[in-house]
Amino acid sequence: MKSSIAHESLTIGNEKLPIESRAADNTTVFGFWMFLMTDFVLFASLFAVYAVLRGNTFGGPAGKDIFNAPYILTETILLLSSSFTCGLALLSAHKNSKRFVVFWLGVTALLGASFVAMELSEFGRLVAGGVGWQTSGFLSSYFTLVGTHGLHVALGVVWMIVLTTSIVMRGLTRGNLRKLMLMSLFWHFLDIVWIFIFTIVYMMGIN
Amino acid sequence: MNWTEFIFGKLSWSVFPQSPIAMGGGIFMVLVGFAIIFLITYYKKWGYLWKHWFTSLDPKKIGVMYIAVSVVMLVRGSADAFLMRAQQATSVGASQGILSASHFQQIFSAHGSIMIFFVAMGLMFGLINLVVPLQIGSRDVAFPFLNSVSFWLFVAGAALINLSLIVGDFSTAGWLSYPPLSELAFSPTSGVDYWIWSLQIGGLGSLLSGINFLVTIVKNRASGMTFMRMPMFSWTVLGAMSLVVFAFPILTATLALLALDRTLGMHFFTAGGGGNMMMYVNLIWAWGHPEVYILILPAFGIFSEVVPVFSGKKLAGYTSMVLSVIAIVFLSFTVWLHHFFTMGAGGDVNAFFGIMTAVIAIPTGVKIFNWLFTMYRGRIRFTSPMLWFMGFVVLFTLGGVAGVLLAEPAADFQLHNSLFLVAHFHTMIVSGVLFGYFAGFTFWFPKIFGFTLDERWGKRAFWAWLVGFILAFGPLYILGFMGATRRLDHYAANLGWQPLFIVAGIGAAIIGLGLICQVIQMYVSIKNRHKNRDTTGDPWGGRSLEWSTSSPPPAYNFAVLPVVHGRDAFWTAKQSGTVAAHRYEDIVMPRNSAIGIFIAGFVFLIGFGIVWHIWWLAILGLIGEFVSMLLRMFDDDTEEIISAEHIRVHEAAHHSRHATI
Ligand code: HEM
Ligand SMILES: [Cu+2]
Repeated sequence: MKSSIAHESLTIGNEKLPIESRAADNTTVFGFWMFLMTDFVLFASLFAVYAVLRGNTFGGPAGKDIFNAPYILTETILLLSSSFTCGLALLSAHKNSKRFVVFWLGVTALLGASFVAMELSEFGRLVAGGVGWQTSGFLSSYFTLVGTHGLHVALGVVWMIVLTTSIVMRGLTRGNLRKLMLMSLFWHFLDIVWIFIFTIVYMMGIN
Repeated sequence: MNWTEFIFGKLSWSVFPQSPIAMGGGIFMVLVGFAIIFLITYYKKWGYLWKHWFTSLDPKKIGVMYIAVSVVMLVRGSADAFLMRAQQATSVGASQGILSASHFQQIFSAHGSIMIFFVAMGLMFGLINLVVPLQIGSRDVAFPFLNSVSFWLFVAGAALINLSLIVGDFSTAGWLSYPPLSELAFSPTSGVDYWIWSLQIGGLGSLLSGINFLVTIVKNRASGMTFMRMPMFSWTVLGAMSLVVFAFPILTATLALLALDRTLGMHFFTAGGGGNMMMYVNLIWAWGHPEVYILILPAFGIFSEVVPVFSGKKLAGYTSMVLSVIAIVFLSFTVWLHHFFTMGAGGDVNAFFGIMTAVIAIPTGVKIFNWLFTMYRGRIRFTSPMLWFMGFVVLFTLGGVAGVLLAEPAADFQLHNSLFLVAHFHTMIVSGVLFGYFAGFTFWFPKIFGFTLDERWGKRAFWAWLVGFILAFGPLYILGFMGATRRLDHYAANLGWQPLFIVAGIGAAIIGLGLICQVIQMYVSIKNRHKNRDTTGDPWGGRSLEWSTSSPPPAYNFAVLPVVHGRDAFWTAKQSGTVAAHRYEDIVMPRNSAIGIFIAGFVFLIGFGIVWHIWWLAILGLIGEFVSMLLRMFDDDTEEIISAEHIRVHEAAHHSRHATI
């Protein structure tokens, strides 16, 4: 019984589910897409601001003076692999294996948390070296854009922990599966934003 | 940092108002607050309000609460307007008027911010909540709990902006707080922080509502209601909500960046440090221009419902109406620069934005003509919603022509920042937005409350508003041509402006009479409610689905979800005599929840904490936020069932009344 429910609610459109619950899932996912779109506009604004202020170093360091390519690459690999493990968690949910869902979510959260930790230590290193957000327009926009993404990742990790707890407590219920799907959408979205940050802030900054 | 600083942040005794007039506003607000609390306690209504209103997830109730809060804020915003009018009528030559310069600046900043964010937006979301689910044949919005969160965030924002009357001061930097004036270096008090955080909190509520209603309209329409069969009000709301979804995140970002400048010493918009002030002006108007269309589109929608009903004809040019909404949605993102032609963008850029601005007038003109065609050869009933419409058509067209004039960069160099501009945008926003919402409120009031509003006082209110408006804002067009700039707290006697300012003051007083008429109208209508009962659910001969339910509608709106076969669904059904089916089933509805209130309450604490640098309070708010969300997430019992039997009884009563009328 449980297993069939778990499977169906993920493959939205399955005819066996009652029509109202399918519609409800559909609506929630659509609503979440809308939310992601607003978040996307928010990031787009921050990217635009960064593009405007990129050259305003005001006597302080420019991107190429402070960015550390191998470090950023490690961060990137952490985040990209967390997207992969998040996908594995979703796959395990399709197979209705609660154990593996919890396992992969745990791994994803761990990777996400390491990403946040690396970013924080990077920020700490910069600030300790006298390169803070008060130095110049460029650095204000750098810390804000990258930090906003980092904040999103941190919130995603918290959400993941709460969701994992809920799955451990109550199993792969319809509600939990739906949240799992939304969470993974959110996570992939953050991945995409990071790719933009990686390219526009770091790659173009170093060159 | 010592202990008092840790506990109280920047708060100290000196933040409480020192001058008598500034104190007056604060004392007045406190008295009103106490009076409300006293009355509720005296009549022992706390339990009732909490159970049936505050925690309700029913959009009809949330809509009523939105409107109630907005009306209170309208009184506050109008009081500010009257003070400004009094100041400008008297502060000439040797006389300094009644307000100090700084107080005057706080008042125009508060007036603009309150009127846009907490009056116009509030009335709009109120009407949308009341009408849209009913009109599209749905039992609820897509996300009922989120709807309650949005409403309470709106309340939290409104509370924060009012708090600035008592604790500290308000921004003196105008309703859009341009830097560098709004930066810490030039506005060192907490005023701008109040502005930032009350708008941020209210704006977050609007953003969430935008998502909610966009999804509701896309996903919850009755079966058979294709987009091209959707009533015009829902269409315009769909357009407005799409604009909210794309524009409000820009506002969120912009306010956050200004806050970072002020709170953490960043350099986004500062004069030094590599900041860029023009970026702020661009960002704020990239939100700001869509915002004015967010407000006006639903008003267009209201008139598109009111005019056909009271002309006894179907709406002329439905398809062109839809297309013009879509055109406005897209075009409104291509004109923002017309707000700062004078700020150095250069001739080519100005020309582009000038032309785009003139172009956006075309779809608006299409709408005006369609309304007039709808009236043409119609059987017009001159009810008060129809009067609001006719006042609107005349004034809005004039104000629109003034707008097209301002869209001409060369002319704008003369008129920018003058009272001509103030007159133009008030014509659009008072006779467009406000008159529209008044019409909608009168039109749908019987649907929600079960009795019609008193027409006599409604018409008196209209005439007072109309005459008052012309007197209050007509002179401003002239004063603008004479060179009077906006935001003046004092001018020289030999300019000869005073007579016109006095006329404007008299106009404002007549608008005040209009407001009083509206209060009396409400009182008289409630007193005579038994006489004016709407027993049919369809007092005007309506055309869309909301009129097919009883007035007030049951919590679940429709016992049997309607199936739509064409435009003007209810009208066609009435003509062909189709009656709804009578086999009822249990209906699942969301259970009340207090968590929306908690979420907004904690957001308020966060906002207050940041404004005054009381960091422990902000952190406490964050923790409370987290706990509230956890509570909601782990709450399994969020729905309740309305039994088929209960529905049968209600529907039988409604249909028997129908039959006897
Ligand atoms: C009730 C009738 C109203 C009156 C008598 C009135 C009067 C005024 C006055 C005297 C000013 C200052 C003009 C100046 O700069 O010298 C003003 C500014 C403004 N009003 Fe109104 N107003 C009214 C309604 C509204 C409404 C309904 C809205 C919006 C929904 C609104 C939005 C604004 C804005 C945005 C400003 C600009 C504030 C600034 O300069 O920062 N007003 N109004
Ligand atoms: Cu504009």
